[in-house]
Amino acid sequence: MDRLVAITGIGVVAPGDPGTKAFWDLVVSGRTATRTISGFDPSPYRSRVAAQCVFDPLQAGLGLQEVRRLDRAAQLAVVATREAMADSGLELAQERPERMAVCLGSAVGCTMSLEAEYAVVSDSGRRWEVDHTYAMPHLPDYFVPSSLAAEVAWTAGAEGPVNMVSAGCTSGLDAVGYACDLIREGSADIVVTGGTDAPISPITVACFDAIKATSTHNDDPEHAMRPFDRTRNGFVLAEGAAVLVLEEAERARRRGARIYALISGFAARSNAYHMTGLRADGREMAAAIDAALAEARLAPEAIDYVNAHGTGTRQNDRHETNAFKRALGDHAYRTPVSSIKSMIGHSLGAIGSIEIAACALAIEHGTIPPTANLTEPDPELDLDYVPLTARERDLDAVLTVGSGFGGFQSAMVLTRPGAVRA
Amino acid sequence: MSAVITGLGIAAPNGLGTEEVWRSTLAGTSGIGPITRFDASGYPVRLAGEIPGFEVSEHVPSRLVPQTDRMTQLALAASGWALEDAGVDPQRFDDLEMGVVTANSSGGFEFGQRELEKLWAQGPEYVSAYQSFAWFYAVNTGQLSIRHGMSGPTGVTVAEQAGGLDALGQARRQLSKGVRLVLTGGMDASLCPWGLVAQLPSGLLSEQPDPERAFLPFDTGASGQVLGEGGAILVMEPAASARERGAPQLYGEIAGYCATFDPRPGSGRPSRLAAAMRGALDSAGLTPEEVDVVFADASGVPELDRAEAEAITGLFGPRGVPVTAPKTMFGRLSSGGAPVDVALALLALRDGVIPPSVNVTAPAEEYRLDLVTEARPARLRTALVVARGYGGFNTALAVRQI
Repeated sequence: MDRLVAITGIGVVAPGDPGTKAFWDLVVSGRTATRTISGFDPSPYRSRVAAQCVFDPLQAGLGLQEVRRLDRAAQLAVVATREAMADSGLELAQERPERMAVCLGSAVGCTMSLEAEYAVVSDSGRRWEVDHTYAMPHLPDYFVPSSLAAEVAWTAGAEGPVNMVSAGCTSGLDAVGYACDLIREGSADIVVTGGTDAPISPITVACFDAIKATSTHNDDPEHAMRPFDRTRNGFVLAEGAAVLVLEEAERARRRGARIYALISGFAARSNAYHMTGLRADGREMAAAIDAALAEARLAPEAIDYVNAHGTGTRQNDRHETNAFKRALGDHAYRTPVSSIKSMIGHSLGAIGSIEIAACALAIEHGTIPPTANLTEPDPELDLDYVPLTARERDLDAVLTVGSGFGGFQSAMVLTRPGAVRA
Repeated sequence: MSAVITGLGIAAPNGLGTEEVWRSTLAGTSGIGPITRFDASGYPVRLAGEIPGFEVSEHVPSRLVPQTDRMTQLALAASGWALEDAGVDPQRFDDLEMGVVTANSSGGFEFGQRELEKLWAQGPEYVSAYQSFAWFYAVNTGQLSIRHGMSGPTGVTVAEQAGGLDALGQARRQLSKGVRLVLTGGMDASLCPWGLVAQLPSGLLSEQPDPERAFLPFDTGASGQVLGEGGAILVMEPAASARERGAPQLYGEIAGYCATFDPRPGSGRPSRLAAAMRGALDSAGLTPEEVDVVFADASGVPELDRAEAEAITGLFGPRGVPVTAPKTMFGRLSSGGAPVDVALALLALRDGVIPPSVNVTAPAEEYRLDLVTEARPARLRTALVVARGYGGFNTALAVRQI
């Protein structure tokens, strides 16, 4: 019999208040967590808006040494891991560490700490031969981003396969896809998986400024990210982490675990076209959706909701609208599509996992989170984007997609436990 | 499904291109020497494995040069060699049937240092538009997929040295799902001041000034590691499909693979390195007696060497299998290191000769290893490659002639 993959634990630290409940309350409310950047002076930058976590590491339960050692991306991931493990109800003492794996996604690793350390050892960019005598002892952990996966593994007590997936903005989806493979092939029974990124620092803001990818609605930060809206002009950079506990479904049932959802299909493709550009036709994202549906053994008509990538850039929203039509056919016009990024911004390698968490919670609650800030529809974008207000609906199967630099396109299908397979 | 390697492209400090590296490696020619790329006189570490004579314009379209870090340029070159070696013209494949899964660990770090310098010294408006996609860890997978028109499954694994084998393991998974070809491997190059300084505090780097004495894994004089740049890109295909298209050679199959993770330091629980090695053999259906050579992780840090020696002797018995570390000629190549070892292992199977570990003149007796210090002819069918990633990552991968 096929080994199925069940989500049995969820931990989220998203923009706004930490914790899964606060996250879910926010994204079904239609309110947003996008604000003017407060971590540094944003005045020299083109885009001055970000979605930040209201996160005090000490209050979140980290010790002083953890706070000193861990980059913010690691702090968010460790706190999300603790919540997910507690939520899963797993008794660690009864689990075999070698049957537990970790697969964590992150696009930019420990970039905040790296930049902060760079600024010191280079004396604010004054010297090419940077001064090693100012380097702090944990710098090598920031240099190798896999330290993030290591911290999660130590937190979860995993001694099986541990890996980090860093596929840019699809990392959070791809890591969970990789985790599903580990369960299906029998390499692990439990995988602690998800994504984390904390990129709100000068270098990342400057990067996205340089290619005009981020929103310049600086005068209206709470409504700066406007996916599928006529006035959209880019995404809002964000931070966050989501960690999921995945288990082989039969095993989860045996121990009486709560199963939020099954992950039934996943695929990643690439457009082989451009590092940042997208062809309008959505061909490769559609190919990823086709493959994910095939793995889930579902027809396109089975999809009840699509969690969009929805970054609110001119090209993305057109690209994925076409991809949905290509993959789902006429059913695309009947399927609600929404972007929670409108509320919590785009946290790069974390958002894919945060969106999987949102999909699992949407199935659990029978509620579709809305697309905030969608007040002026774009005539070119003609699907049902669930503007402003959440919608109640029983969901048997949902699709979530991601798209990222490098041309990466990923798609995942989640199903309600017990829902009949097509 | 048997996953086979049909093409190799290696860029290493002792050579550019597969046959050149292989010749240098069999001859014991080391690429470790004084750092020339920048002024290292102020640092306690002044040696590295630099790749000499890489003329980027010969290997990378001029349009891509200003957009890419050196490690991406090396990956582009190596991917071209690998495809050529495999006799693959990507245009003759369906683009969605070809995937790319590479490992990376440091991103375009030198590119990043230049842009950080512009940002901090001059201001955000001076940061290159290319920084957003030149430095991140996924850049090699992205650029390779674009360069060769490969739209199939993609992936990027990160676990420092261990990630290079994870990429091959993940590439094999993609083949088992019906893809016809995956370009895989790993490439890293971060020999810039910021790259060196970011690694200095690990305490793992050797401060020995003599290139012949600095990196001596399993030697009584082991004093740490030397950093290098390079890696390998490989073409992996299902055996049946490679035969059907008339691939010029099937170097060998990925017979088994396993990854494990060590407990938190100080927990008192044992390392999981031996479990990774055993797991790779189990998944290949191999007994230890069937392994003809081990390409060791070969840390060069005494306590890590001891741990690896114990894992090897625990599995194979004292001096039970020839052990080698050609990386003594390259330094540690981060995510590129293990793919280079896999490529060399496949060449060793092809030519019936084990490449040497150089400069290891006083192997520590207590490790009880049969360390190969001069090229050794042998009948070879199966090799085990071991890789450990900074922070507790262990992987092992078995390759076998078919």
